[in-house]
Amino acid sequence: MEPTTHAFPENARKALSDERLQKVLAIAPAGFVNRRKQAADRLPEFEALRDQGRDLKNHVLANLDTYLEAFESKVTEQGGHVHWCRTDQEARDAILGICRAANAKTVTKGKSMVSEEIGINDYLEANGLTPIETDLGEYIIQLRHEPPSHIIAPAFHLSKKDVEGTFRQAHTDLPPDRVLDDPKVLIAEARTVLRRKFQQADVGITGANLMIAETGSTVIVTNEGNGDLTQILPRVHVVIASIEKIVPTLEDAALVLRLLARSATGQEASAYTTFSTGPRRPGDLDGPEEFHVVLLDNGRSALLGTEFQEVLRCIRCGACMNHCPVYGAVGGHAYGWVYPGPIGSVIQPALLGVKEAGHLPNASTFCGRCEAVCPMRIPLPKMMRHWREKEFEEGLQPAAMRKGLGLWAWFARRPALYHAATRMAIRALGALGRGKGRFAALPLAQGWTKHRDMPAPEGKTFQQMWAEQKGKR
Amino acid sequence: MAEKRPAPRVGLFVTCLVDLFRPTVGFAAVKLLEDAGCTVEVPSAQTCCGQPAFNSGDRKTAQELARNTIAAFEGFDYVVVPSGSCGGQIKKHYPELLAEDPAWAARAQHLSARTYELVSFLADVLGVTDTGARYDGTITYHDSCSGLRELGVKEQPRRLLASVEGLTLNELPGAEVCCGFGGTFCVKYPDVSNRMVEAKTADIKGTQADTLLAGDMGCLLNMAGKLKREGSAIRVRHVAEVLAGVTDTPPIGEKG
Repeated sequence: MEPTTHAFPENARKALSDERLQKVLAIAPAGFVNRRKQAADRLPEFEALRDQGRDLKNHVLANLDTYLEAFESKVTEQGGHVHWCRTDQEARDAILGICRAANAKTVTKGKSMVSEEIGINDYLEANGLTPIETDLGEYIIQLRHEPPSHIIAPAFHLSKKDVEGTFRQAHTDLPPDRVLDDPKVLIAEARTVLRRKFQQADVGITGANLMIAETGSTVIVTNEGNGDLTQILPRVHVVIASIEKIVPTLEDAALVLRLLARSATGQEASAYTTFSTGPRRPGDLDGPEEFHVVLLDNGRSALLGTEFQEVLRCIRCGACMNHCPVYGAVGGHAYGWVYPGPIGSVIQPALLGVKEAGHLPNASTFCGRCEAVCPMRIPLPKMMRHWREKEFEEGLQPAAMRKGLGLWAWFARRPALYHAATRMAIRALGALGRGKGRFAALPLAQGWTKHRDMPAPEGKTFQQMWAEQKGKR
Repeated sequence: MAEKRPAPRVGLFVTCLVDLFRPTVGFAAVKLLEDAGCTVEVPSAQTCCGQPAFNSGDRKTAQELARNTIAAFEGFDYVVVPSGSCGGQIKKHYPELLAEDPAWAARAQHLSARTYELVSFLADVLGVTDTGARYDGTITYHDSCSGLRELGVKEQPRRLLASVEGLTLNELPGAEVCCGFGGTFCVKYPDVSNRMVEAKTADIKGTQADTLLAGDMGCLLNMAGKLKREGSAIRVRHVAEVLAGVTDTPPIGEKG
């Protein structure tokens, strides 16, 4: 997917004037927010678990190589294969190679953000295969040729009515006069269509919410059970996962799972939590004949030891975007690539470069709500600020803003001059605004006055008045 | 009778927006502090806390301004700020900004430990329960993000407002959601900021309050500017003005 992250302001304007989208955004995030809060309130040790989660991931990141190698040897021992991929291209080629070796035509897919990151669907299609998304939300947006707008709810931006329209257009073999006004009916229709695809699939690709070093297992959580059908029915199961998803033990996995579902959807546990440990063993009733894990780095290891290392603690729950007022205003597509919201504003500059994604860390008020709910206590605003520092160092910020702030700072470093200059400026501005108490338009402040008035200053600075009073007190 | 302790010596960090736009808030803060038994001084060497530079990625300027503020406020028992945003910059971010500067790290820590946002200082440190003010009206209160999430300012203003005679508080739904100001954010992304403040003013109007209060001038200028643009008659003031009973100045954005 070609990123449009550089065009965030235009993307945002488009989203803001999209009435259909605005209707969805006015309601949807509140549900996530309330359910997460209830789930957290019900668990007295929730805050302590967040501390443990943070500490666990810090330990993992400090020993990443050890755990990944331990994981690899377990997978291999059990008859599986691990493919180390430095880049998205290497991962695409690894997956295509596995599919070709299996003579695959149809590939089913569970929901995976990493698969979006490497753009695997387009690549497989371009190479003559048919990838089919089996998560309901992913299935819908695949039919619409759209990227996901939320990391756990890919069709977050769509209403029931939108989905009905999409299904009518795509499922042309079904009676056109059928009634499709109930979500249950829509789900049943998707289930019927997808059941046939599951049975045709030669390869199933899933992501991994976790990888466990001590057992060589990968773990996925879903609420639809589609992940299980994706990985059990075809002959070959491919797991695509990024390297930071590793944890040392089953106990550690349990800790992450307790945090994940509550932070994501407010559930205590997802409906399905599935552990995959190697291919089918002799005597097993089901399971794939081949088990592959494609391990993706794609720039992550370069973040180790930098001010951005902590972002690798992310478990992709989506709580940050559910609570983000900017995401709530513009939705996920405005972020222009795979990962939206606060987490995207930190990761996308790392994966795409600060030139392409530089708007995102700036498009934040630093309100801090994301950090307040992050189960892994990632200091997201601090990291966005670090990206701003990189942009400043590279001189990428708009010249007018740079100059304005530079002038301000020049005076602020010289208190006597600062007080004299502000006194004069405020006297002038105060005199101009006194008649109405506010300005409807002000030169150099169109960004402000386009949408709101600028309250007028009282006319004297506090410092000036304080100095004048001093004699009298 | 217990021995009378000497009056705490408080340095007021005025903040740029109070200094330039609304000196009334500064005088309200001085009154509240003096009424609670403090001696208040306003060092003239103070300018800006440096947050605009810090949040724009200009770490070096932010560090220089932090050093200037630290030097200006040495020797006070407490430093009090009528803003959670500038207060948070001094309390939370100065120690981090200067952590690797051997000459300044300890001084930054020292200032941080003595710095408080105004209303939480009154309620938590001085133990003020009643400011003796009167305000006839129904107010609603917006929790500014930095004060709320960096400094834990939430109950203190409500506790003190409950002591104001004649005042009724109608809680604002979504009081903890950002108003869309965000410093330079509001001019860098005016359309996104507008969507946020629009949602905020709709919630404010829904409370049926006649007055909106908050503890940060940035948010107040933003919300007042939007309410006025929308033609609303809701009065907007800094919480210190009402707590101090200093309400003879016209509300923010209204003519005298």
